[in-house]
Amino acid sequence: MAIHIIDRRLNPGGKSLENRQRFLRRAKSLVQGAVKKTSQERDIKDVLEGGEVTIPLDGMHEPRFRREGGTRDMVLPGNKKFIEGDYLQRQGQGSAKDSGPGEGDSEDAFRFVLSRDEFVDLFLDDLELPDLAKRKIAQTESEGIQRAGYTTSGSPANISVSRTVKLALARRIALKRPSKDEIDELEAEIAACTDEDERAELIARLEKLKAKTKRIPFIDPLDIRYRRYEKVPRPVAQAVMFCLMDVSGSMSEHMKDLAKRFYMLLYVFLKRRYKHVEIVFIRHTDRAEEVDEQTFFYGPASGGTLVSSALQAMHEIVRERFNPADWNIYAAQASDGDNSYSDGELTGMLLTEKILPVCQFFAYLEVGEAGGSAFDLSDSSLWTLYERLRNSGAPLSMRKVSERSEIFPVFHDLFQRRETAQEKAAP
Amino acid sequence: MTERLFEGADWDFRTLQRITDACEEVALKDLGLDVYPNQIEVITAEQMLDAYSSVGMPLFYKHWSFGKHFAYHEASYRKGLMGLAYEIVINSSPCISYLMEENTATMQTLVIAHAAFGHNHFFKNNYLFKQWTDAEGILDYLDFAKNYVMQCEERYGRVEVERTLDAAHALMSHGIDRYPGKKKLDLREEEKRAGRRRQHEEEVFNDLWRTVPKGASKTRSAISLERRRKLLGLPQENLLYFLEKSAPRLAPWQRELLRIVRHIAQYFYPQSQTKVMNEGTATYVHYRIMTKLHQQGRISDGNFLEFLGSHTNVVFQPEFDDPRYSGFNPYALGFAVMQDIERIVTNPEDEDREWFPDIAGKGDVMGVLRDVWANYRDESFIGQFLSPKLMRHFRMFHLHDDPEERQGIRVDAIHDERGFRRVRRELARQHDVGFIDANIEVVDVDLSGDRRLILHHHVIKGSQLNETDAKRVLQHLADLWTYDVALIEVDANDKVLREYVVSPRPIPAAVA
Repeated sequence: MAIHIIDRRLNPGGKSLENRQRFLRRAKSLVQGAVKKTSQERDIKDVLEGGEVTIPLDGMHEPRFRREGGTRDMVLPGNKKFIEGDYLQRQGQGSAKDSGPGEGDSEDAFRFVLSRDEFVDLFLDDLELPDLAKRKIAQTESEGIQRAGYTTSGSPANISVSRTVKLALARRIALKRPSKDEIDELEAEIAACTDEDERAELIARLEKLKAKTKRIPFIDPLDIRYRRYEKVPRPVAQAVMFCLMDVSGSMSEHMKDLAKRFYMLLYVFLKRRYKHVEIVFIRHTDRAEEVDEQTFFYGPASGGTLVSSALQAMHEIVRERFNPADWNIYAAQASDGDNSYSDGELTGMLLTEKILPVCQFFAYLEVGEAGGSAFDLSDSSLWTLYERLRNSGAPLSMRKVSERSEIFPVFHDLFQRRETAQEKAAP
Repeated sequence: MTERLFEGADWDFRTLQRITDACEEVALKDLGLDVYPNQIEVITAEQMLDAYSSVGMPLFYKHWSFGKHFAYHEASYRKGLMGLAYEIVINSSPCISYLMEENTATMQTLVIAHAAFGHNHFFKNNYLFKQWTDAEGILDYLDFAKNYVMQCEERYGRVEVERTLDAAHALMSHGIDRYPGKKKLDLREEEKRAGRRRQHEEEVFNDLWRTVPKGASKTRSAISLERRRKLLGLPQENLLYFLEKSAPRLAPWQRELLRIVRHIAQYFYPQSQTKVMNEGTATYVHYRIMTKLHQQGRISDGNFLEFLGSHTNVVFQPEFDDPRYSGFNPYALGFAVMQDIERIVTNPEDEDREWFPDIAGKGDVMGVLRDVWANYRDESFIGQFLSPKLMRHFRMFHLHDDPEERQGIRVDAIHDERGFRRVRRELARQHDVGFIDANIEVVDVDLSGDRRLILHHHVIKGSQLNETDAKRVLQHLADLWTYDVALIEVDANDKVLREYVVSPRPIPAAVA
């Protein structure tokens, strides 16, 4: 008897992947809730590491007809002292025997591990990038090719055999081209025929059929069809993210931390949509400079505050390195709201004329001290300025944040999928 | 002295081949087993988890619930809460056994002897498997099912297909024909015809093909009420079969999905009835083969001790007051009875002659065992072959728990002269699926009126349905039936204990 021994270890894994995706899709709202809850307890850095989530099994329950209660009989092993007719005390409701270890893994809650990608997907699922579609169509550099029906001319490599044969068949039927069977049949008839006259007649018919076969070709140049391709614009798949931050003396560590968290979320979010994301860090006091990440968050700096310097710097960098035709540009500005009064006009002008037209999205995040004092005070000079700009129609997103726990809700709020692109007023 | 099959724990594919050949020699010559051709596949832990989540089958249609089980198993496996089985074996021809790559050479030998010969013989020879399963066809059928579900999803949308499958899964335990009978013959005929069509479809895949069950048109045609009821085959305990044939507004593809789920449930039905026997057989076979190989000097003493260690773990039976206790271990019980039969056949005592006159001292151990393996299921096997000696060995006792009884749980019988038969009968009953599953059947359809489907649950020993689950399952049932469904729980005296009525959800039924 032949025995087959097969090594399956090298078979592609992930056979259950599709079932898993279906399960996640089905449990989406539950898992999403769990993900949000989990992520609140974590640092933003760890948020994206994936990990274990717990969902209530209620929605995922697979019901069956189950019987319960009633009179029960059971045979057990290990009798030590009982004799027939003894009575055992019931150990209240749900005694040890009632819930044997076999039913121990009760499925009230269901724990399982999400991969990093799954986690991020669910975490950011109901968010979307504003104006993504518009730019996609308007600004494209690369072109792709896609199928677009059939054509009567083209290169031989593109001949569509099935279409060609189909048309040829249709034409042959329409023109009543004699089939091979028909001719064979007739030939057989001639071979079997004994009567001279009839035979001559049959031969004449055969000649006619053959002539017709010749006249109507099996495949005519008319039948030939080629697959047609057309070029389609492909969306630009790269983005640059500008992080602008005021690092003047009035910005505390807490405020910087808030800003950092926001930038991180934005980065992850962009990373998910674009193959290639660049980050430019611009910090400013009364003058702006492009710095690396470390310096951006932790480098010491002091001085006054001129927001326009940062905008100017950004504008120059865009002009030099990031052609808006090729790049999706996102910018997020964090500040405590201070700005020198004289700078207001310049800032507004730069923003509306230079920055906003090339940006996909511009968010202004006003960070405050812990305790929410920022909200009690009257609006800062920058906030007032931006609010005025926005009211006059500039596509600005702005929010105030003073607590770590507000970062995600604010972020969520900014990128929430909306019916209209209109920004709602900040709280 | 014969050459050793392997040394130490390492193995390669040549070792596996040698092991299999050696096991086969013992299995066929010494034990006289009759097996399907074997196919042995080595898999990784992840693949084992995959197999777990699709009820052990190598291919299966896609459904979210399998993803759920996979996630669940994976989480508990990663945390170390759960070990994986050493093997999975599939009742098919060729008989496929999956071996884990982590197993040592000794474990591979054990597993090959256990699965590829023990289970394999049982699958091929037991009457239940012969009667209900088609080992040659199952893999092809699963392949067909998988593709069919996929086609349906493309055509009718994933949501629709999922809803039908959800409902079918909920009713799966009631999609089984339990008794071959008159209406079974009808079904056979139907099955043959559908089988031919399906085969045809598999060959020349044509998506236009659909079953067109006769039932649907019958419910609509104007034949007499009595005749209709008769044609519907009522009462009917196979709910899925009934829906497939008679639900008025199901699309043909939905009927086919119900049919697929039903066939798969039916395929697994013998396994649930023969757990003790199946495992007992396989354990007995691996024990005999391993011992023989050791006697022949083909397995070293060290490896044999390793085997005995695993074997002892497998057949360990904790006592009822042990925290590890979770019911009778089918391996332990099955193996003990098999060994006991061996003892009775070769070396009986007076008691055994009295209890087992047919086999006591007969001498031909394998002959008797092969006959037992072929012709019994758990319930009849225990009812017939559990000896007083074993009951004493396990110190079995029978508890009767009547909630009405204020005094507590009564010890009804113990392992003594007065109690042997009662203990045995109760243990046998405990392994009878007829007693385990709720007895639910379709009794009537109000055809002339509102088409309400009426089901009865015959309550045994006061054990009623779990209300939440029952409502959910009935909801699924109503969605398929598309009219109201009533479930009435009645006791032995036809007294109504509880009544459920569920209306279909207002989702537009997919009518083709």
